[in-house]
Amino acid sequence: MLANQIGYYSLILGLLLSVLLCSVSIKNFYDSSKQINQKVLSLSFLQLIFVIVSFLSLILSFINSDFSNETVFNNSHTTKPLFYKISGTWGNHEGSLLLWLLVLTLFIFLFLIKSREQPKKYRILTLLFQQIIIIGFFLFVLLTSNPFNYLFPIPTEGLGLNPILQDPALAIHPPILYLGYVGTSIIFSSSLAAVTQNYVTKEWGYHVKKWVLVSWIFLTLGIMLGSIWAYYELGWGGFWFWDPVENVSLMPWLTLTALLHCIAVLERRAVLTSWVIILSITTFTLSMCGTFLVRSGILNSVHTFANDPARGIFILIFLFVLITLSLGIFFLFHKENNKNPNNFFWLSRETSILINNWFMMYFLSVVLIGTVYPIFLDVITSEKISVGPPFYQKLIVPFLIPFLLFMSLGPRLKWIKSKIENKNSLIITFIISVMLTFFILKNLTTDLLFYTVLVSAAFFLFFTTLKELFIKKFYNISQTVAHFGFSLLILSILFNSILSSEIITNIKIGEKYSYNKSEIFFKKTEERKESNFNAIIGHFEIKDQSGKIIELKPEIRFYNQPIIITSEADIKTTLLDDKFLAMNLVKGNEYFNIRYQVKSFMIWIWISVLLLSLGGLMSLFKKRYEK
Amino acid sequence: MYGKKVKLRILFLALILSSVILIVFLVLQSLKENVVYFQSPSEIKSLIELDKKKIRVGGMVKEKSILINSNEVNFIITDFKNEINVIYSGAVPNLFAEGKGVVAEGFLKDKNYFKATKILAKHDENYMPPEVKEAIGDK
Repeated sequence: MLANQIGYYSLILGLLLSVLLCSVSIKNFYDSSKQINQKVLSLSFLQLIFVIVSFLSLILSFINSDFSNETVFNNSHTTKPLFYKISGTWGNHEGSLLLWLLVLTLFIFLFLIKSREQPKKYRILTLLFQQIIIIGFFLFVLLTSNPFNYLFPIPTEGLGLNPILQDPALAIHPPILYLGYVGTSIIFSSSLAAVTQNYVTKEWGYHVKKWVLVSWIFLTLGIMLGSIWAYYELGWGGFWFWDPVENVSLMPWLTLTALLHCIAVLERRAVLTSWVIILSITTFTLSMCGTFLVRSGILNSVHTFANDPARGIFILIFLFVLITLSLGIFFLFHKENNKNPNNFFWLSRETSILINNWFMMYFLSVVLIGTVYPIFLDVITSEKISVGPPFYQKLIVPFLIPFLLFMSLGPRLKWIKSKIENKNSLIITFIISVMLTFFILKNLTTDLLFYTVLVSAAFFLFFTTLKELFIKKFYNISQTVAHFGFSLLILSILFNSILSSEIITNIKIGEKYSYNKSEIFFKKTEERKESNFNAIIGHFEIKDQSGKIIELKPEIRFYNQPIIITSEADIKTTLLDDKFLAMNLVKGNEYFNIRYQVKSFMIWIWISVLLLSLGGLMSLFKKRYEK
Repeated sequence: MYGKKVKLRILFLALILSSVILIVFLVLQSLKENVVYFQSPSEIKSLIELDKKKIRVGGMVKEKSILINSNEVNFIITDFKNEINVIYSGAVPNLFAEGKGVVAEGFLKDKNYFKATKILAKHDENYMPPEVKEAIGDK
């Protein structure tokens, strides 16, 4: 009860502080002082504290199962384990918005501390732009999605959290993803501030790159966590489904990755200024669009918590205001830097970066069209359609070939003007890649030519980056590690899709199912009781071609609150492949529907994404290349 | 020198323009090929010509219609006006049950038979895909 009050009033105080903060910093902007006023810092800190208090009190209500709070009532239950009571705080619409707000205020405070060497006016303007976003979200939370609504009479039991969300990976997925998503807000604010101050320079590039990296690392990890969760929890055995909700997180990732590379160019050559600004604005807009699409109930998924049209309209208007504001500022204030004309020599590192940037923009438009087109068609003609994975695969995969080649060659070029060095060793590497690919794939695939070219390109990147790692050791190691991770990612995804196999069948207890020398034996079932669910555990013995026997024990869980049946796949992971078995109940029949998959190199997909993020992390702690 | 620069720029613009046109064409083409339309059993009944393309059918799983053997699941999708028989061999989502909403993806064999290649999972007991809600309409 008390926690509720505290939480609610802290939010209001936080909003009031925003207004106060704006007026103080505007005054500070025009006065003659060289440094930012200490008061601004303290106020920003205080605002962060208020949001933290509000967030903590919501967590407290969840821990205490205080059902006088509507959010808790809707999303919690007394029998839920403590861990999921806490994670339930952000497993719903209201709480997750509070988390947005927390990250927004956290990032601006960190920005203020970390940017002491930057010009005063630039810092204040960044703060002001960020406060516009913060005020918007305060209003959004307070007006349309207050997490502290009272319920009277107080219910004795809550409705419970969707069991599919009761999972360790999904408990940390939202906070990590949000750090990435909302982290882009600070890039947005500081880009706008830099444009108004005509400060889009090498120094600015260096300084803002750290923020881009932070967002990028968290976004990468956040997407990976979601993907891991989908892999073992949804029982489909895949890691990416081109589901609109996944696409929505991939889009800002693409622009953020492009931005990261452009800023590296900006940092050294002070070119591409407009492009950097446009990418910053786009990235944040896409993050906001993602929130809009997911929260408004237009897209259907686990992420859609409530279909309240008022919320959708609010975000839409807010989004519209932000886009107009940012574009207005961009066109009014932005001046191309004439000192450094955009002369790009065709063979240079920045040209290759630029080319791959355009490829990424192409990937972005494919994903955007595939995601948005069904929505538009529904609104205009009320025809219901969906765009399937073949659309994305057909349009994206072929273009990965030049993309990978540029990625292999680009980093070996010099800035400004270059010629290809060590031509011979590159050619040898390329020939090795092609031969290796050919021998591996010879008997594996029907579309040999296409896959040979594609996999060769990936191997080429793999070998060139690997060589770089050994020869140059610490020169630009962050970039090499990240690119190596990317090549590994593409390779493992490709081999995963080429080599994986799947068996789906309906089977009774005691039955055996045989297929080309392998055998699935359904031994028995056993039951298990937990506080919030009962489970049927299936015991399976699987004999593979070589006669090796493994045991897998998938579960079917019957959650009591809310009443939902989920299936927990059992997965045996080795370095070579994952053996994945999920079982489903079909209508109290004696038949169980099972899905057995051998997923090759599954673990390498996760490892390579970790390597990607590691590359980002290394770059974050790298010293500047000159000075 | 100046002439060369202008020429280069024109070449560059032409290159960009042609690649944009090519890409737009490509995207539209594959969008046309890969779009899956949603239809209700009644809409299928009123079809004049059978479509060879992949479609989605949605509605309710009719009570007492699920039949299972070792490699197939058979059931009937109804929108309470018309119904269609579905043959499916593949993994069944957990929330697939009689009297619940369902969306099946696959190909029409004729107006009464649908060969499903995928049954879409739902995440939530109370949640009903909007397509299905609309298909069932005034129940």
